[in-house]
Amino acid sequence: MTTDTADSAEAIEAVGIAPAADPGFLQRYGATVEYVLIPGAALVGALATFGVFVTLYGKNPLDLYFYMYQGAFGTWFSWQNTLTRAAPLILTALCTALPAQLGMVIIGGEGALLIGALTATSAALAMQWAPPLVVQIAMVIAGVIGGGLWITLSGALRQYRGVNETISSLLLVYIALAILNHLVEGVMRDPASLNKPSTREIGAANMIGTIPGTDVHWGLVFGLVAAIASYILIYHTTFGFAARMAGGNIRAAKIVGLSVGKLIMTICFLAGACAGLAGMIEVAAVQGRTNANLAAGYGFTGILVAFLSRQNPLAVIPVAILLGGISASGGLLQRRLGLPDASVLVLQGIIFVFVLASDALYGRIGFLKGKS
Amino acid sequence: MDFSRISRRHLLQGGAALALGGTVGARTAQAAETTIGFIYVGSRDDYGYNQAHAQGAAALKKLSGIKVIEEEKVPETDAVEKTMESMINLDGSTLLFPTSFGYFNPHVVKVATKYPRIRFEHCGGLWTDKDPKNAGSYFGYIDEAQFISGIVAGYSTKSGKLGFVAAKPIPQVLRNINAFTLGAKLANPKAMTQVIFTGDWSMPVKEAEATNSLIDQGVDVLTCHVDGPKTMVENAAHRGAFVCGYHVNQSPLAPKAYLTGAEWNWEALYPKFVKMVTSGESIPNFYRGGLKEEIVKCSPYGGAVSAEARKHADDMKAKLVAGEYTIFKGPILDNKGKTVIASGVERGQKDPELEKMDYLIEGVLGATS
Repeated sequence: MTTDTADSAEAIEAVGIAPAADPGFLQRYGATVEYVLIPGAALVGALATFGVFVTLYGKNPLDLYFYMYQGAFGTWFSWQNTLTRAAPLILTALCTALPAQLGMVIIGGEGALLIGALTATSAALAMQWAPPLVVQIAMVIAGVIGGGLWITLSGALRQYRGVNETISSLLLVYIALAILNHLVEGVMRDPASLNKPSTREIGAANMIGTIPGTDVHWGLVFGLVAAIASYILIYHTTFGFAARMAGGNIRAAKIVGLSVGKLIMTICFLAGACAGLAGMIEVAAVQGRTNANLAAGYGFTGILVAFLSRQNPLAVIPVAILLGGISASGGLLQRRLGLPDASVLVLQGIIFVFVLASDALYGRIGFLKGKS
Repeated sequence: MDFSRISRRHLLQGGAALALGGTVGARTAQAAETTIGFIYVGSRDDYGYNQAHAQGAAALKKLSGIKVIEEEKVPETDAVEKTMESMINLDGSTLLFPTSFGYFNPHVVKVATKYPRIRFEHCGGLWTDKDPKNAGSYFGYIDEAQFISGIVAGYSTKSGKLGFVAAKPIPQVLRNINAFTLGAKLANPKAMTQVIFTGDWSMPVKEAEATNSLIDQGVDVLTCHVDGPKTMVENAAHRGAFVCGYHVNQSPLAPKAYLTGAEWNWEALYPKFVKMVTSGESIPNFYRGGLKEEIVKCSPYGGAVSAEARKHADDMKAKLVAGEYTIFKGPILDNKGKTVIASGVERGQKDPELEKMDYLIEGVLGATS
């Protein structure tokens, strides 16, 4: 298998660097270095494997890497393209990464995104008299509450009825989509939207616009703030410590008197809030209204981002940018190399497999243990 | 492999593309190649909506001095804005065809405002006076072709029950269902059309279920209005029913069951557009037409179509092309018994009232909500 050879090649390369490193440094930062080195190696391995795949397709892999670089990061335009695509992924990834601290696997970010978009649109349409800033704040609050409650449903089903949260959150996506379609084609429909059922527009003045000097909308900043805040919450507060402890051993957590139910509800609410915020941003920065276009799969790509980040809220940022870049360069691969659209999905799949497989390497790379 | 050489070549190409992107628009670039970008919402070999556009793009590839670039499966989000900008900035496109209905508002409008020198041709007929002048939106009266399919279906059915697998109860779809039924009733006054709405444009599982359920109820000729008719055509043919296609010619999927079909004729329209652009003419912002304007066409008849059906259908086709026949002519009742087009009223193809259609006519079994 190419997987094995690529991995061992990475290992050899990694060993090659070892003598230059100072053991004292490694003793202190070995674990951190591991967190960068292993996913990095997995990524390189995945790209190499994808290169082989593309070669079998009769294309030059060097062209592939060049166009991927050009399409994702090669020009200022490409960077903006990448960051725009990354913005919703950061937020939807947090919807999976936060509950993961409690050992829960929530994969329903798409549903929370749709509900957040609906509630945010409703708020904006109900407050057309208000000044734009007020409307925008109301949209954020509505989106956060809508999305938050949606994932809290999954948390409550698990805590009080023993329903598996993975299944329930996934099924809730389809319910959310059905609710959205029902409202958009029913009571919330703008009569002028004849062949594309949509709600009324929230109004150009209420749109949140782009970061000055760029084409990237403010959703990116919302994502960055949410990711950093989540990181601080999980790793630098007692609440986060309690959550991680409950995630590690739920019985031990109960014995020391932690209210696990409350932890589950709060974390699920925060997770859903992030995805709901992503929905609000899609409405307020991109679409200007709610319709079926919102179900674009950001919630599902977010799951991939969360797993690739090993559920670390801070790592979500670079991984979302990486996947944003892959999707930004996907167009160029289609246009210049004539590769089908699915090739980008193949690459995502290969990266996913490599990163998951590389989990086995943690703590096993001798020189990183900093033996004294 | 010498990597530095390759990247240098590519850098030069990229630089040239950027320079081209910076200087085009004044429509002076006749000497150089004109780059045209096509964007599809689904895959371009879907035997449906997207393939119809890809066939139009393929017709352009044959012209000299034209370079066609394509991107498929682009969602109706800001992804399509970025794809359009990428085609402009990185590939030097000067004419873009964002082909999905949902691309127009707000995405095409936004990008067209930002790039006033680039020409945008959107499929859907959504352009209004408020929209940028460099963006146009064209569409075809495909209900004319559905009407012809209806005539053929009316002759071919034994049970008198026709089936229609539809996506959503929106005006364009309702108009196709009603035109198909009017055609069928012309051939067989007792014919009924049973409709099932799947709820979305691409729902293969529901489309297959709808097809089976219709056939179980005695339907023996089916047609559809979904993005990819492949599922319906293959399932219906497998069950022994006849089919009328939609979007493109699906007869390769079911040679024996295929009667005829309502097809887009983008391979005739797109070269016309490009000729207008290269000769310095402007394409009308709002461009529409039917069989006469060669924007839509009917698939060639399958072997199962009787001579009588062929003759009747050909006659009506000739009348439509000559502008001597109106499909939506009063009196027309909806399937709840209410008069929707009064006696003596003729609603011609360009009548804006037809764009708001929200009813199913008498003879259609189904409900819009």
